[in-house]
Amino acid sequence: MRRGREALTFWLFVGPFAAGLLLFTYVPIGWSAYLSLFDAHNTVAPTEFVGFDNYVDVLTDRAFLDSLGTFTVFAAFIIPTTVVLSLGLALLVNRIPIAQVFFRSVFFLPFACSYVVAALIWKMSLFSGVDSGVANTVLGWFGVEPQAWVGTVDPPLYWVVLVTVRLWLQLGFYMILFIAALQRIPRHLYEAAWIDGASPGWQTFRYITLPGLRGALVAVLTLNLINAYQAFDEFYNVLGDSRGYAPFARPPLVYLYYNSLGSGGQDLGRGSAGALVLALVIALATLLSGKVSRRRR
Amino acid sequence: MTRIAHWVVLALAVAVFLLPFAVLLRDGIGADWSTVADLFSDKELMFTRSLVNSTVVAVLQTAGQVVLCSLAGYGLARVRYRHAPVVLYAVMATLMVPTAVTFVPSFVVVSSLGWLSDFRGLVVPGLFSALNVFLFRQFFLDFPVALEEAGRLDGLSRWGVYWRVVVPNATGFVAAIAVIDFIGSWNQFLWPLLIAQDSDTWTIQVALSSLLTAQNPRVTLLFAAAAVSILPIVLVFAVAQRYLVRGVTETGLTGQ
Repeated sequence: MRRGREALTFWLFVGPFAAGLLLFTYVPIGWSAYLSLFDAHNTVAPTEFVGFDNYVDVLTDRAFLDSLGTFTVFAAFIIPTTVVLSLGLALLVNRIPIAQVFFRSVFFLPFACSYVVAALIWKMSLFSGVDSGVANTVLGWFGVEPQAWVGTVDPPLYWVVLVTVRLWLQLGFYMILFIAALQRIPRHLYEAAWIDGASPGWQTFRYITLPGLRGALVAVLTLNLINAYQAFDEFYNVLGDSRGYAPFARPPLVYLYYNSLGSGGQDLGRGSAGALVLALVIALATLLSGKVSRRRR
Repeated sequence: MTRIAHWVVLALAVAVFLLPFAVLLRDGIGADWSTVADLFSDKELMFTRSLVNSTVVAVLQTAGQVVLCSLAGYGLARVRYRHAPVVLYAVMATLMVPTAVTFVPSFVVVSSLGWLSDFRGLVVPGLFSALNVFLFRQFFLDFPVALEEAGRLDGLSRWGVYWRVVVPNATGFVAAIAVIDFIGSWNQFLWPLLIAQDSDTWTIQVALSSLLTAQNPRVTLLFAAAAVSILPIVLVFAVAQRYLVRGVTETGLTGQ
């Protein structure tokens, strides 16, 4: 009797959420796995079974492999710069005696801005190709010719635009994580180190601060990796225009969007196969990064 | 000497971080107020409509997320039920699946429900955040049991204890989660881009993007629209910064 009542109470609290999770997470994944084995052009109830053809299609598609390459390049730029700069900001802000809240707010403010708005500012003003664009004005002071940032492939200047826009948007977020972690490092550790003759600066940073930030570093790296993998908004808005999307720099989600859901007709079987392959790749990457950071301990 | 260098670096960083906002204001509002008036009066731009849509979506989604996820988090933290560990495991497992990777599958489900270009399609699938449930559960695990027991002795049921004792003592945490959810909902782009195919249901981000990727974009108009679109969020930011910082710390450090 009592057990039955507890069950009822449990489902009263958890039931609505669990039902939604089932319908909007588990059912889609299962349905997708099913669709990925069918020819599903513009339909969610396909009849033509094609086995693993969709998977073969995706994995032999040059554009898909290119999208993984694009992600790798993007991650190689964005992850190290984000970690170093957000930690740098956190150290700068954490050390000042006054107006900490003001400085923290300034660096965190871009978090409130959407990728669409930021892409707009970057594309139309900061890195616009005209001579009066902000970046080109700065180049002009040093006598350098104006550049067509977004459209320049050789050298790939568009990466400057894509990386800086994401840095501006997310540095404050990661800075907050580092500040929280810094404030959890017990102050007496530093005092003990000074008494033992350690110089404040590199020595205490290397042997007290850095080990104290281990958890935060792993969190920042993992979140950064997952977020970079899912990059879509700034790519779509910076590189897309009325003629469509640029022929280069399509990360996985942009590839998936244009190849299975975009204007060229829906191919849900292939899109599902692509989504499942991507899910597998990110799961492996996350596991691997977890392994590596554990070994470092 | 190093102290001066410290402040110089800090000042430079502040200038770099504020520059994009300065540009936005200069090119948008700074131009003239008639541009802003155009924005609201030209029906073709869908600007007013999309602002209203975004407000509806963000408010409903935030409220729904907070209510559903806090209830689930509390149930998973406190109610002793034989199969609770299995349910908890099933919820946590979805944390490993990045939301954006499931966008094709979710699109399939939403379109077969007939929810394309429909508010239900925009709001409902985003309500079930496993991350929120996880955070609420962690918070409720640390909630003082004595308070809840006092409520039980007063004759309240678990449901009654939840609403009369637990929620009133958790407002700070609820606000932290709500602020994060609201900003996320207002700024989301990919999902509404897929679902709001009819311009009547565009959210503000989709409307801005269509202005940006249009043929010969009207630059002043674009910047004015962008400036107006971030006003609600800047307001939320200013009023609730304390909660925002707390929410970010919680979601970032425990959410992985």
